[in-house]
Amino acid sequence: MARRVTKGRKIVTTVLAWFVGLVIFFPILWTFLTSFKTELQAISIPPVFVAFDWTLENYRTIQSQSNYLHFMLNSVYLSLGSTALGLIFAIPAAWAMAFSPTKRTKDVLLWMLSTKMLPAVGVLIPIYLLFVRFGLLDSRLGLIVVLFLINLPIIVWMLYTYFKEIPGEILEAARMDGAGLAKEITQVLAPMAVPGIASTILLNVILSWNEAFWTLNLTTSNAAPLTAFIASFSSPQGNFYAKLSAASMLAIAPILIVGWFSQKQLVRGLTFGAVK
Amino acid sequence: MGQIHLEKVRKAFGEAVIIPELDLQIEDGEFVVFVGPSGCGKSTLLRLIAGLEDVTGGQIVIDGQDATELPPAKRGLAMVFQSYALYPHMSVRKNIAFPLKMAGMDQAEINRRVDYAAKTLNLDNYIDRRPAQLSGGQRQRVAIGRAIVREPAAFLFDEPLSNLDAALRVGMRLEISELHQRLKTTMVYVTHDQVEAMTMADKIVVLRAGHIEQVGSPLELYSAPRNTFVAGFIGSPKMNQLGGAEAARYNAETIGIRPEHLRLSTTEGTWKGTVKVSEHLGSDTFLHVESPVHDEPLTVRADGEFPVHAGDVVYLTPEEDKIHRFDAKGLAIR
Ligand SMILES: Nc1ncnc2c1ncn2[C@@H]1O[C@H](COP(=O)(O)OP(=O)(O)OP(=O)(O)O)[C@@H](O)[C@H]1O
Ligand SMILES: [Mg+2]
Repeated sequence: MARRVTKGRKIVTTVLAWFVGLVIFFPILWTFLTSFKTELQAISIPPVFVAFDWTLENYRTIQSQSNYLHFMLNSVYLSLGSTALGLIFAIPAAWAMAFSPTKRTKDVLLWMLSTKMLPAVGVLIPIYLLFVRFGLLDSRLGLIVVLFLINLPIIVWMLYTYFKEIPGEILEAARMDGAGLAKEITQVLAPMAVPGIASTILLNVILSWNEAFWTLNLTTSNAAPLTAFIASFSSPQGNFYAKLSAASMLAIAPILIVGWFSQKQLVRGLTFGAVK
Repeated sequence: MGQIHLEKVRKAFGEAVIIPELDLQIEDGEFVVFVGPSGCGKSTLLRLIAGLEDVTGGQIVIDGQDATELPPAKRGLAMVFQSYALYPHMSVRKNIAFPLKMAGMDQAEINRRVDYAAKTLNLDNYIDRRPAQLSGGQRQRVAIGRAIVREPAAFLFDEPLSNLDAALRVGMRLEISELHQRLKTTMVYVTHDQVEAMTMADKIVVLRAGHIEQVGSPLELYSAPRNTFVAGFIGSPKMNQLGGAEAARYNAETIGIRPEHLRLSTTEGTWKGTVKVSEHLGSDTFLHVESPVHDEPLTVRADGEFPVHAGDVVYLTPEEDKIHRFDAKGLAIR
């Protein structure tokens, strides 16, 4: 039975949607505006919205004080590296869970997810010591491995929900047609799961890009990504809000652009299975 | 070659034993049909032969070689699934070519074979479409095309026609029979459908709860069922099975008489009864007759034009030489 959408209800929901959207978007908008203010205007009370002297000074200062490109490239390496590593492990894992489940598959999945509930700081010391021991501090490789491990449960879960939607008989047909395990996964399963794999990649890139706890604690300069770049502009003395905002804008710009162009994919990926 | 021997094959899923122990010989070129009630293990048996399930015990020997441990890809068998299981992201051409590509055949030969298969299956007009753009019958043909191109040792079919409508089913049934006559390749075919089993098979295997009840040609099973189960399962409508005094007259625990072996008369006969329902199919009429000799209505086949209606009194006379006799265990007395 289709619900009748009255005009009144339509207006109410539209207004509500805009309100919620604005609330969610406001911090980014505020950061954006602040990044063009002077440091004094940035902390002025009452706050000014648009009637201030727009300036690019903050961006200039940031450029001169640090090497944005270095940090950005590190962010790219870390997010892409950890995502690639994640897929290599998660696709076979999700394949096994989706197509040859045992009685314990659900338990394993829940257990994997439960590791996400442990506060990261709880394992900071052991991981830090391991990094010292293996000389991985401030190395990209070390961070890629850590980011890969912390996001692995989410990648496996997402791929698992996607793979569940694919009829097992199609994979069996591939087996009958002479495909070995590798061909079955690369030529039949993966092409059929492209939308799912794409949104998994996207989400994982965003998660790794924004990950701050480990990137801040395990790097100093060489492997430091954009999160460290932002943090370096918060200082214990003096005014830094405008510069911090400018740094934040620069840090989220790439992901914002990527996210903008792939938002359909992302929404579909995150709500997949929920509607069936 | 396509000789498949099952030796003491067992299959259990955890605690549940689906196939207790089963021996079966399928000879090269035979068309073997598995029938049996739902859940008796037909699909499981087929999947064991295919290698899609591992046996719990016993051996599967294909063309003299122990294939028990071989993965499906190495057994040289092709399978057609009930759901067709086409690759949705590939065109018809790529679907049919897939097994050849997996076999590492060179492109020219692949094209030649795919074109030939598409032509024989009337698929040439759809060759560049995706499976989603095809009708059920066309999809079925693609699935068959994908199975025949690689010239397998044997074909395995799991209820391939059950998703098609009645008219299409008859057409495809004939096509598969023709295919078998042309290729002379072993075919193992699972079905629920009496007519498919009777018309297509060289050999029917009747299964119940993972046991083979009887193996034989369609006519053997029809004329000499080994027990009451096979008697009731093969033939449509079902054989009438009577116990009690009527059976005792023939020195049996149960007697069976098929609907087509009861002579019908409105004036005289052995058993008197009242017509409860009459089903006029045009060519035949099936009557369900209530009679004191049996607590369930007896089914009788009459001519299409037989003038009879619900409530009429009729007399039935079994053809003596067509009566099947069974002992207390349900086994046929010969
Ligand atoms: N993967 C499995 N795990 C546990 N039990 C299974 C599995 N596959 C099949 N079974 C059980 O094995 C029995 C036989 O199943 P099978 O699919 O072989 O029956 P079938 O004869 O093909 O039935 P149908 O005519 O309905 O297709 C059923 O009781 C089923 O529940
Ligand atoms: Mg079945």
